[in-house]
Amino acid sequence: MTQNKRRIYLDHAATTPVDVRVLEAMQPYWAEHFGNTSSIHSLGREAQQGLDQARQTVAEVLGCTPQEIVFTGCGTESDNLALRGVAFAAREAKRGNHLITIPIEHHAVGATVEQLRDLHGFDVTFVEVDQYGMVDPDAIEHAIRPDTILISVMYANNEVGTVQPLAEIGTIARAHGLPFHTDAVQAGGQMNLNVDRLKVDLLALSAHKFYGPKGVGVLYIRSGTELISALTGGGHERGRRPGTVNVAEIVGLAIALKLAQERRETENARVAALRDQLVAGVFERVPEVQLTGHPTRRLPNSASFAIKGVEGETLLMALDLEGICVSTGSACTTGEAEPSHVLLSMGFDREWALGSLRMTLGHLTHPEDIATVLDVLPRVVAQLRNA
Amino acid sequence: MSDLPAANNQPPAATRVVVAMSGGVDSSVAAALLKEQGYDVVGLMLKLWSDGESGRVNRCCTPADVDAARAVAQQLAMPFYLINIADSFKATVVDYFVDEYVAGRTPNPCLMCNRHIRYELLLNKALSLGAQYLATGHYARVRHIDDQYQLLRGVDPQKDQSYVLSVLGQQELAHAVWPLGELTKPQVRELAARYQLSVAEKAESQDLCFLASGDYRDFLVRYAPEGSIRPGEIRDTTGKVLGAHQGLPFYTIGQRKGIGLAASEPLYVIALDAVENAVIVGTKNELGRRECLARDMHYVSGIQPIDPFRASAKIRYKAREAAVTVYPQGSSARVEFDEAQRDITPGQGLVLFDSDVVIGQGFIA
Repeated sequence: MTQNKRRIYLDHAATTPVDVRVLEAMQPYWAEHFGNTSSIHSLGREAQQGLDQARQTVAEVLGCTPQEIVFTGCGTESDNLALRGVAFAAREAKRGNHLITIPIEHHAVGATVEQLRDLHGFDVTFVEVDQYGMVDPDAIEHAIRPDTILISVMYANNEVGTVQPLAEIGTIARAHGLPFHTDAVQAGGQMNLNVDRLKVDLLALSAHKFYGPKGVGVLYIRSGTELISALTGGGHERGRRPGTVNVAEIVGLAIALKLAQERRETENARVAALRDQLVAGVFERVPEVQLTGHPTRRLPNSASFAIKGVEGETLLMALDLEGICVSTGSACTTGEAEPSHVLLSMGFDREWALGSLRMTLGHLTHPEDIATVLDVLPRVVAQLRNA
Repeated sequence: MSDLPAANNQPPAATRVVVAMSGGVDSSVAAALLKEQGYDVVGLMLKLWSDGESGRVNRCCTPADVDAARAVAQQLAMPFYLINIADSFKATVVDYFVDEYVAGRTPNPCLMCNRHIRYELLLNKALSLGAQYLATGHYARVRHIDDQYQLLRGVDPQKDQSYVLSVLGQQELAHAVWPLGELTKPQVRELAARYQLSVAEKAESQDLCFLASGDYRDFLVRYAPEGSIRPGEIRDTTGKVLGAHQGLPFYTIGQRKGIGLAASEPLYVIALDAVENAVIVGTKNELGRRECLARDMHYVSGIQPIDPFRASAKIRYKAREAAVTVYPQGSSARVEFDEAQRDITPGQGLVLFDSDVVIGQGFIA
């Protein structure tokens, strides 16, 4: 029976379990140092101290000043604040009306720019990506117009793991005097986050992707970047994100980020080796399968596939019944069995794009999990193809 | 409940059964019964198409129904998945429903749903998930005898749903499980209470699940092609014009009220003429017919009869059964009723029984 088997979690791109050291770091801030950071009294100061330390820690990882860090409620909120904040500030200053992005962004960016276009009259250019999901920086430069106000390109794609050439795009953005935003939510725990090296002006992170708690995110805003707050209220986060500060989780985020960055290289090497075994095994045992995303310039924990003649959603249900937790990476919330917009943008035809499978490794991944998956997956794919 | 036709004599725990959940009492009890017998039970719920334009909530598969089904699945500790099949449902069931009305016929969308959605799309999903069986909360029975699968009525005459399952064939019946077929509705309610299912007190689900609350006529006006529903003449059987109608889909065979004609004796709708866009009315005597043609005949056994045969026929879901002689004619059949029937309605399913066994089904021409 499936219930008795050990559950295999290969969905670290969806979320990760909270690290025990993160739990411990957060613990005093629920009921002991529970103060409101805005309070003048000692309890307020205790909370403020936790917040200050967390901000300092995050700033060190990103190589920026603490004043450039804004804590938010999640990655989606960070992206919204960046895009809306910069777009509306630019409109206020009558600088222009045009945004540049790519078609394979996470919906946190994709749906936001669509709304800015459809509801608020901004103009958006989606610069095409190649078959690996990679954007050509020259194509970005080509799309720049006199009225362009912002470039937004994700760090690493959530479905296929492709890592974009941020520094090259950042160089172009600077040459044209344009702010450059990146959704680094999926890259957060695995990639270098130095904002000067990446040449980004806005960068979004979410704690739960790197063994921190759900419900807390970061937006880095380079000093001098003009931005209008999306929320209005008190003066928290220097007015850029009003609302009572979620101290405990912010403390958790900072510790989680620090830990992730400290063990980044060893952990990346470990999961990449397992990932490579997994990819090789899938190619060996499953007929008519393609790797999606870039073969080398991709997140070390990411293995993503298109499997011909198989519906991704049904495949993940069938794997779930075998105790294997994976994802399609496609958004099946509005209609039925919609092919992934990412794969379609990368030029996959519908028949392949329906059968997307994403397996993302992490702390919970053991070498024997790979063997189990390589045993179960070919059988389940055959079962689906024969049904 | 009788045991499943044990596949390869496997123990229940090695037999996976997908249950189609609706969040209602029947499918929940079906799941509980299978779970109690130790089967590897998996719940699937179909998110069907909803009448979005109305801004109202459907009668079924509402967010509350999804919550109810999920709660039952959690209570029974079984996996549960929601599958969105809105586009397929719209194309095979809703469009059919509208097209039939526009053509002057009275459709039964449940027949189409069972043929194309439940026992095609959903059954394929179930098999894809490694299930041997697809269970639903229908009141009907399946019997495996002499290498044949027979479809039988449910034992509760009030709830028997063999009519809407008559579209199934051998392939589908080989995988069909109806845990409630041997039970009556009061027994099912008792079981729901005994299992302490959160849905035990829930009201009966409705036919025409995809309609928002309100009238199907309203729905047709919104979804029928522009100009396909238009006013026309009401005539008597001699062709004499008696008045005007608002559109064929607003009338059904046997209808007396709401025709809007003053006459010395009550007039009934006896035919809808789509070619002439005319509603034909007549007296009670003219309403009765002794025979009809059933097209697209489907035989549950998979064997098409050649010789005429006697059977018992239902001309709509809740119709009283009538004794008939069936004369097969290629893919159709001519059906002669021993006694004249009042409501022989084109588009409705005509289902043939031999005692408790469903022989097959066609559509009244």
